Amino acid sequence: MRLTCTVNGDRHEVDDVWEGESLLYVLRERMGLPGSKNACEQGECGSCTVYLDGVPVCACLVAAGQAQGREVGTVEGLAGPGELHPVQEAFLEAGAVQCGFCTPGLLVATDDLVRRSRAEGRRPADAEIREALAGNLCRCTGYEKILDAVRLAADRMAGEAR
Amino acid sequence: MSTPTRTPAGAPSSVGGPGGRIGDDAQRPDGVLKVRGEFAYASDLWMDDMLWGVTLRSPHPYARIRSVDVGPALAVPGVHAVLTSDDVPGEKVYGLELADQPVLALDVVRYQGEPVALVAADHPDTARRAAARIVVDYDVWEPVTDARAALGHPTWNQVHDAPAAVTELSRESAHLHPHGNLVRHLKVRKGDPEPTADVVVVGEYEVGMQDQAFLGPESGLAVPGEDGGVDLYVATQWLHVDQRQICSALAMPPEKVRLTLAGVGGAFGGREDLSMHVHACLLALHTGKPVKMSYNREESFFGHVHRHPATMRYEHGATRDGDLVYVKAEIFLDGGAYASSTPAVVGNAGTMGLGPYVVPNVHVDCYGAYTNNPPCGAMRGFGSVQTAFAYEAQMDALAAELGMDPVELRCRNAMELGSETPTGQVVDSPAPVAELLRRLVAMPLPPEPATGDDVDLRHMPGGVSNTTHGEGVRRGVGYAVAYKNVAFSEGFDDYSTARVRLEVVGGEAVATVHTAAAEVGQGLVTVEQQIARTELGVDAVVVHPKDTAVGSAGSSSASRQTYVTGGAVKAACEAVRGRVLERARGLVGRPAGDLRLDGGKVVSDLEGVALPLADVLGDDAVEETVEWRHRPTQALDPDTGQGFAHVQYAFSAHRAVVDVDTELGLVKVVEMACTQDVGKAINPQAVVGQIQGGTAQGLGLAVMEEILVRDGRVQNPSFTDYLIPTVLDMPPMRIEVLEYADPHAPYGLRGVGEAPNISSGPAVLAAIRQATGLPLRRVPVRPEHLTGT
Ligand code: FES
Ligand code: FES
Repeated sequence: MRLTCTVNGDRHEVDDVWEGESLLYVLRERMGLPGSKNACEQGECGSCTVYLDGVPVCACLVAAGQAQGREVGTVEGLAGPGELHPVQEAFLEAGAVQCGFCTPGLLVATDDLVRRSRAEGRRPADAEIREALAGNLCRCTGYEKILDAVRLAADRMAGEAR
Repeated sequence: MSTPTRTPAGAPSSVGGPGGRIGDDAQRPDGVLKVRGEFAYASDLWMDDMLWGVTLRSPHPYARIRSVDVGPALAVPGVHAVLTSDDVPGEKVYGLELADQPVLALDVVRYQGEPVALVAADHPDTARRAAARIVVDYDVWEPVTDARAALGHPTWNQVHDAPAAVTELSRESAHLHPHGNLVRHLKVRKGDPEPTADVVVVGEYEVGMQDQAFLGPESGLAVPGEDGGVDLYVATQWLHVDQRQICSALAMPPEKVRLTLAGVGGAFGGREDLSMHVHACLLALHTGKPVKMSYNREESFFGHVHRHPATMRYEHGATRDGDLVYVKAEIFLDGGAYASSTPAVVGNAGTMGLGPYVVPNVHVDCYGAYTNNPPCGAMRGFGSVQTAFAYEAQMDALAAELGMDPVELRCRNAMELGSETPTGQVVDSPAPVAELLRRLVAMPLPPEPATGDDVDLRHMPGGVSNTTHGEGVRRGVGYAVAYKNVAFSEGFDDYSTARVRLEVVGGEAVATVHTAAAEVGQGLVTVEQQIARTELGVDAVVVHPKDTAVGSAGSSSASRQTYVTGGAVKAACEAVRGRVLERARGLVGRPAGDLRLDGGKVVSDLEGVALPLADVLGDDAVEETVEWRHRPTQALDPDTGQGFAHVQYAFSAHRAVVDVDTELGLVKVVEMACTQDVGKAINPQAVVGQIQGGTAQGLGLAVMEEILVRDGRVQNPSFTDYLIPTVLDMPPMRIEVLEYADPHAPYGLRGVGEAPNISSGPAVLAAIRQATGLPLRRVPVRPEHLTGT
């Protein structure tokens, strides 16, 4: 089948997509966008988290056909070429990246959380951050520095960077 | 030679920025690629016209193969090759320490998931469907699934009975492998063989099978070379030991089997053994096309070794005052179907199985056995994790028996500089065991749990499932301390190779560091840059891609790379610096001893005169390659286990605070505190990250992580059923890092990664015991252990 959708603002059209292929497979293997990761392909780890029409989803659980005509956002689209998004900067500065396999999914989940709370004019509380990231596994960091990074990003995106 | 479109990039230099030298929170050179989603992990590699390889695995834990029919698979359109053991041109078995594991099954399969055949096709689904059509006729056998049964060991006496005499176990009683079911038996004997003590505490303990659960699946891409050889891009921990094993299976010399490290999504020991390495090379050589293999999560559970499950019996004897008199221990490690690194794991469990305490009389027997369970081998903490659950539980039980404070009992018996270990080795660098514990005690405790209307469910055991508002919830606090050998032990020739080049490029001094040391997430690439910047006084340091074009760096295991490869990079930098300063001496006419490198210049201590490196080097590059070794260790005496076996120890201690819902058996870890001596923190931020990550894995084993194996079959090969800690399971952590230099190590540093993984779980267990009053002799602790249901 043919799949047409928008990814990171660019229109993509791919042919010969198989019935059983997930959005994750199509992004990684057919569109040359391997930034979204494939740690479980069972919806358990969050490493494949992408935006679908602005809502974070596990791309491994989305059948490719479901993305037809819709807008997909991946880690590759968070910042422009040669730039870093505040969430990306915060992860680096806080030391939240070790092996980094969880990072793309966490960045999308964090971006979503921080945007939502900023829209409500506030910064997320710790318990709220934990709830929001509960679907994203990280095996390396023990999460402490990820929490630091989210707080840092939330501060910066609220325009209150120190 | 063609290279993959997405190849593992060498870490680009990160120039300037805050802090890039020894002791700074330097940032990872691969960090920007990682946060942009551009870092090429092994599973991201891709080439035009590449094929996908998949593995057919045995569904049975123990069976003879009567026949294999690959015909139906070959007939599937899109399939390019189907291979079996007949297609392995060289040695058909491989292994890290003993070559006993078939590349592809020979006549017998010994564990569920053993690779039997390979398929390459143009789409992964085609390959999978074709593999399902291979017909294997199995004669299914009864599996051997208990390590003690495999060794014919008599049933242990019940707790508190007199200790059973240790029987010599014979290799003859066994049958899983031609040489029997015993992989290794380590005896440690010290002091009085018949000691007596005022107070005796006996306990039996059991530790379940833990998985490394790295997130990046086993993956790689093999590319056939024009010279008939093969280039393999793969996620691994030790390129050269892989190369040795691949060469043996392919019957090829090393120059024809070239390995490059692809991006590694965590390792934790699970990438020490081969997984898809030889398989992808076989398929690539057979088809003449690049072949990618990438396991899914279920296959990953079958595709790497796990942490050895252990059963242990300990007897501690002490004086009324609380001085340890003796410890007797029997430790059984289930190595599963193949040896992997079981011999070395037995070495660690046996030599360090009593904890960081001074014990005058020692009688330890540690066994590694073959069974038909999944093969077990390396995982972070390597033999020390299992025993720590036992010896720390024993210390708490002894303290209770003596009516002493558990921390005081530990401090009273703590190892220190100059102490003798159970293997007769004198500890010759700082060993601040008591201080680590005392600092934990001095840290403030978290606030008492809220009750009644003030309860925030998110802080309760069971969380927002609303299982309790505080009724039946009891708090407990527990302590544990651990130690771990750093680097390879028992006389192993443990070295690393570093090639360092200094040159001027576009007017700027640039150093290039080339080692084969695997970056698995721990941050070794950062450390390599920090050392080069410090030693050569330059900002720009390029980390060359990790490959086999340079000599072996040894494994990214045993907390050893910062020590050993760090030592090699330091030594290579010193050699380069020596040559550069020698040249400069001729130019400025001053002794080289008075000169140093700083800010891309040659600087004189006397007058501060600077010669830009461009003037010294011109168009030349100064390059040195150094093979660097830590001081040698010794093999253990085969009868007594005595000897200078370990080059360095790492020490850490944890305090855990838990809330336990005693009615439902739910545990909420409220806080973890850790103190660790790291000798010298080369990168403090990364050191803390290692402690936090290690703490999480220890907590996971304590309360949730176990591969459930029934009759040799894995029951839970998915992240749905094998649970690792999420951000909701991990509490806030307090961490204090001590820096007592080890005079024998580069910069005084100590390996960091493993120790916190060892002390964390036992502290959690101690806290749950204190909260519940239950003995809890098995980990992971499950709700039914706490409610008695
Ligand atoms: S890969 Fe999609 S949730 Fe794990
Ligand atoms: S950094 Fe490795 S899994 Fe999160």
